[in-house]
Amino acid sequence: MKKYTTQETKFILAIEKALDITAKQLPDDVICRLNEMRTAETSPSAKAFYDCYFENMDKAIATSRPICQDTGVVNFYVKVGTHFPLIDSLEELLIKAVERATATVPLRHNAVETFVEKNTGTNMGTKVPYIEWEIVPNSSELEIIIYLAGGGSSLPGRATVMVPSAGYGAIEDFVMDTMVNFGINACPPLVVGIGVGPCVASSARLAKKATLRTLGSHNPVELVAKQEQKIFDTLNAIGIGPQGLGGKESVMAVHIENMARHPSSFGVAVAFGCWAHRRMVLKVDENLNFTVTTHKGVSL
Amino acid sequence: MKKILTTPISNEDILDLRIGDVVYLNGTIVTARDSGHKRRVLEGIIPSTDLKGGAVFHAGPITKTVDGRLEIVAIGPTTSMRMEKYQAEFISLTGVKMIIGKGGMGQKTTNACIKEKAVHCVFPGGCAVVGATEVEEVVSAEWLDLGMPEAFYTLKVKEFGPLIVSIDTLGNNLYENNKEIFNQRKTLIK
Repeated sequence: MKKYTTQETKFILAIEKALDITAKQLPDDVICRLNEMRTAETSPSAKAFYDCYFENMDKAIATSRPICQDTGVVNFYVKVGTHFPLIDSLEELLIKAVERATATVPLRHNAVETFVEKNTGTNMGTKVPYIEWEIVPNSSELEIIIYLAGGGSSLPGRATVMVPSAGYGAIEDFVMDTMVNFGINACPPLVVGIGVGPCVASSARLAKKATLRTLGSHNPVELVAKQEQKIFDTLNAIGIGPQGLGGKESVMAVHIENMARHPSSFGVAVAFGCWAHRRMVLKVDENLNFTVTTHKGVSL
Repeated sequence: MKKILTTPISNEDILDLRIGDVVYLNGTIVTARDSGHKRRVLEGIIPSTDLKGGAVFHAGPITKTVDGRLEIVAIGPTTSMRMEKYQAEFISLTGVKMIIGKGGMGQKTTNACIKEKAVHCVFPGGCAVVGATEVEEVVSAEWLDLGMPEAFYTLKVKEFGPLIVSIDTLGNNLYENNKEIFNQRKTLIK
């Protein structure tokens, strides 16, 4: 059994608790938006679905159980300052926290080794939990977005590369087709993340990042923010409703993240989050004080 | 008044059900997902629970062992469309009368629902605590080598639902109908 320092142990336990809360309680912005959609809903069957969602959320907290049985592949999006005290052991500590949380939350066993087709039974596998790193120079702080990536909302994700003559209007068509034909099965109302970059890989990373923004936040470039609003309005006018069975709206939010492209191509990717969009943003200072910014009243 | 069906389900129990109807289920349900369907249909391995007149739930629960007994912590539906490849044959081989999952299923399953008299129903996705509180007992757990989500669990349930009928025995398909409506609206908006 490996020995961890006092600081490392404190960190592991805090992340374990963060995973527990993320699985059992939705972030404030998601609850707020679901409430708004529930209130606006006029279809009796759609209203009944929202009632069931809220009953389930209440019961999850009351009985300390995960909202959804699919607690996903654990994703960590890490921004780490180069002077953060635990930088060298950070990856190991995050993985350890997942191992512990799998037993204590408990999380479903969701790491299946590809090709050999073996569920590891631990939520740990090759490059899983999934960790993305960003390095922040001259900082001693850490920011982590935890996201539980369920299978249902991962299934309809798509990416392609277009020629410039297709025009940016083609993005909307691509997203709408994906939403209507595949997103419908992914537990709507959905969070729609769109990534636009030079290739499939860069666009897909941006699409995932886009789903993790605060719901309803806007791209800083006005032109892009307008595009977000347009796709949001169009998708909602289709009225996909909760569980794809019809209703007033379709999506919780549409976010676009973009970057420069190659002159001859642009990649487009779309990623989705289900209604139970389980994400947490937490910040850690150099003295290992934890602050959760997505869940009011929660401390680690 | 809640419409409650009890397993074993007979043809008469479901012939009058139509897409959009809401029902609940008492009795026994079993879980099977991708690997479970593949094992039954392709490998011909037969689980100990008889599925004639039964209900199969596309679900992979979170379980835990308390005092040597398996308990369901959370259980809700998974995307039914993944089982489209095997579902029709699964229905024919087992005599199962109700398929429960989320989202729609395709033409092969719809044809099997007409031929074998079966229905597909949707349980609200992401409502796994509601689901777990409607499970009274884990009767058995088989095929545990497939891992926690893919194992074949036999569960005793009480007023399990709400279950919204999405394919009926006449071959009406709620999701296919909706897809058509949504695609029409999409074209109109553009």
